[in-house]
Amino acid sequence: LRFLVFLEDHEGRLQKDSLGVLFKAASLGGEVEGVLLGSEIEGLAAEAGKFGAQRVYVLDDVLLGAPLPQPRVDALENLLRDRGFDAVLFAASVLSADVAAGLAARLDAGLNYDLTDLVVEDGKLVGKRPALGDSVYADVGWTSEPCLALVRAGTFEPAESGGSAEVETFESRLQDFSLAATMVERAHEESEGPSIEDADVIVAGGRGLGGPENFALVEELAKALGGAVAATRAVVDAGWYPYAAQVGQTGKTVSPKLYVAVGISGAIQHKVGMQGSGLIVAINKDPNAPIFEYADLGVVGDLHEIVPKLTELVRARRAA
Amino acid sequence: MKIAVCAKYVPEATAARRIDPQTKRLDRSGEGTLNPFDVNAVEEALKLGEAAGPDGGEVVIVSLGPERALDAMRRALAMGADRIVLVADEAAAGSDLVATSRILAAALERESPDLVLFGQQADDADGAVLWAAVADRLQRPLISQVAELTLEDRKVRGKRQTEYGYDVIDAPLPAVVAVSDAINEPRYPSLKGIMGAKKKPQETLSLADLGVPAEEAGAAGSRTTVEALSDPPARGDTVKLEDDGSAAEKILEFLQEKKAL
Repeated sequence: LRFLVFLEDHEGRLQKDSLGVLFKAASLGGEVEGVLLGSEIEGLAAEAGKFGAQRVYVLDDVLLGAPLPQPRVDALENLLRDRGFDAVLFAASVLSADVAAGLAARLDAGLNYDLTDLVVEDGKLVGKRPALGDSVYADVGWTSEPCLALVRAGTFEPAESGGSAEVETFESRLQDFSLAATMVERAHEESEGPSIEDADVIVAGGRGLGGPENFALVEELAKALGGAVAATRAVVDAGWYPYAAQVGQTGKTVSPKLYVAVGISGAIQHKVGMQGSGLIVAINKDPNAPIFEYADLGVVGDLHEIVPKLTELVRARRAA
Repeated sequence: MKIAVCAKYVPEATAARRIDPQTKRLDRSGEGTLNPFDVNAVEEALKLGEAAGPDGGEVVIVSLGPERALDAMRRALAMGADRIVLVADEAAAGSDLVATSRILAAALERESPDLVLFGQQADDADGAVLWAAVADRLQRPLISQVAELTLEDRKVRGKRQTEYGYDVIDAPLPAVVAVSDAINEPRYPSLKGIMGAKKKPQETLSLADLGVPAEEAGAAGSRTTVEALSDPPARGDTVKLEDDGSAAEKILEFLQEKKAL
């Protein structure tokens, strides 16, 4: 099989998840090539060789400077029509998910998303996809060429194999509608706030807190447990807590020994950021919250009652 | 100003969900509801319409689903949306991304709205990519993952959350925007709204009405397959308990037992 891996870059580096997918593809055998689309990125391309790419196609164009999906669909369409690949693999991100789905429509090619593994069986690519809150795993296939696969964030860890990649530049026409959306202001990595990635204990708050003032409950419990405070996307978007503390698909991926989820429903976007935690305790008033499907201990109840009491108990225990 | 909101009929969160081992599709025979993430898109459409002035905006709900989805979609009418266009056709059942986006794009082209809104994800399938496929088919600019949306001079401005923080992106109308579930607090339908919902126009279309051939929809028009189902890797036991006043003590015991303190 001939694989093309979509490589994403950010501030002068290749994004780790896309290298993880590249490394995985190389382990499946067959030809593995990468594609890198952006502005002033040519120097990055060769780097991909270390993770298993035999060749990297590069389109270096100022029009691709902003991380917007639609012109990337145009470029991939051209590359695929010229070169032909059996499968195009993407590591899920805000950008690549939109690129993958746009490409699926453009080529009428099947896209399987949220994959947590890829295998080759009888010469065909098969994806593993969890469903229904990860309570069922489906083996998914494709009836199109190419097969498009979007891999869940944080699934494959990259490792260097020490190879080198040939770099080949290409050109593509970009469509007018693809260039209609424009970036006015671009996000940059926020360095403020405590690092939650290294914490052994994390107490995270979600919309169930009811308001930003109630984050104090979460902070107190975190302090008692000697842990860090995290937040869900919903409360970060709502301005209750800084982005640097966000856990989830668009945010940090954490794997502490203990993760206490307070007022968090646990939708997939949050789950992918914390499912690697050793022990998950969830407190939520909604008995149907998805988080109860994967919490080691789930408590259905009023967090305003339970959390302060728990904080006191932990303090007392620690003082004893 | 016409705003279309793409909305999905999904099983009730309280219903036990299962995948039919025969069809390998989600069993949709139980009670259904308007996808909760789409309620935020409806709210945003209503707000933009209201901001546009007294005869500012028409909000149309566009959905693909079984006929009984109409009942659930009426919640959007009760909130203030103007009408529903439901594509209901046996031949469309089991459509994947390629087929679904084709059908929705056809329904949207018939409406030709200034703005198409999507919610953050589908509650039943965790899908969060459909908007990009639809935008490509409509050849319209796209902004996804939008936490704040404004409309001015035939242009939308969206604050997009990514892995790195917030971007600000502009797109001229007509455009496609997918909003986050934190973008607003959806209103509750008023009694008057609920009473009036039934009288608002609700149109059911077949694939033929849209000029989409049956072989381009459903399983025949899809490009992905589900081959087999299996149990997930075990994660150990999960314990769920109702607070009877002693939950804090029980959590503490649990943490001690697991040596997590």
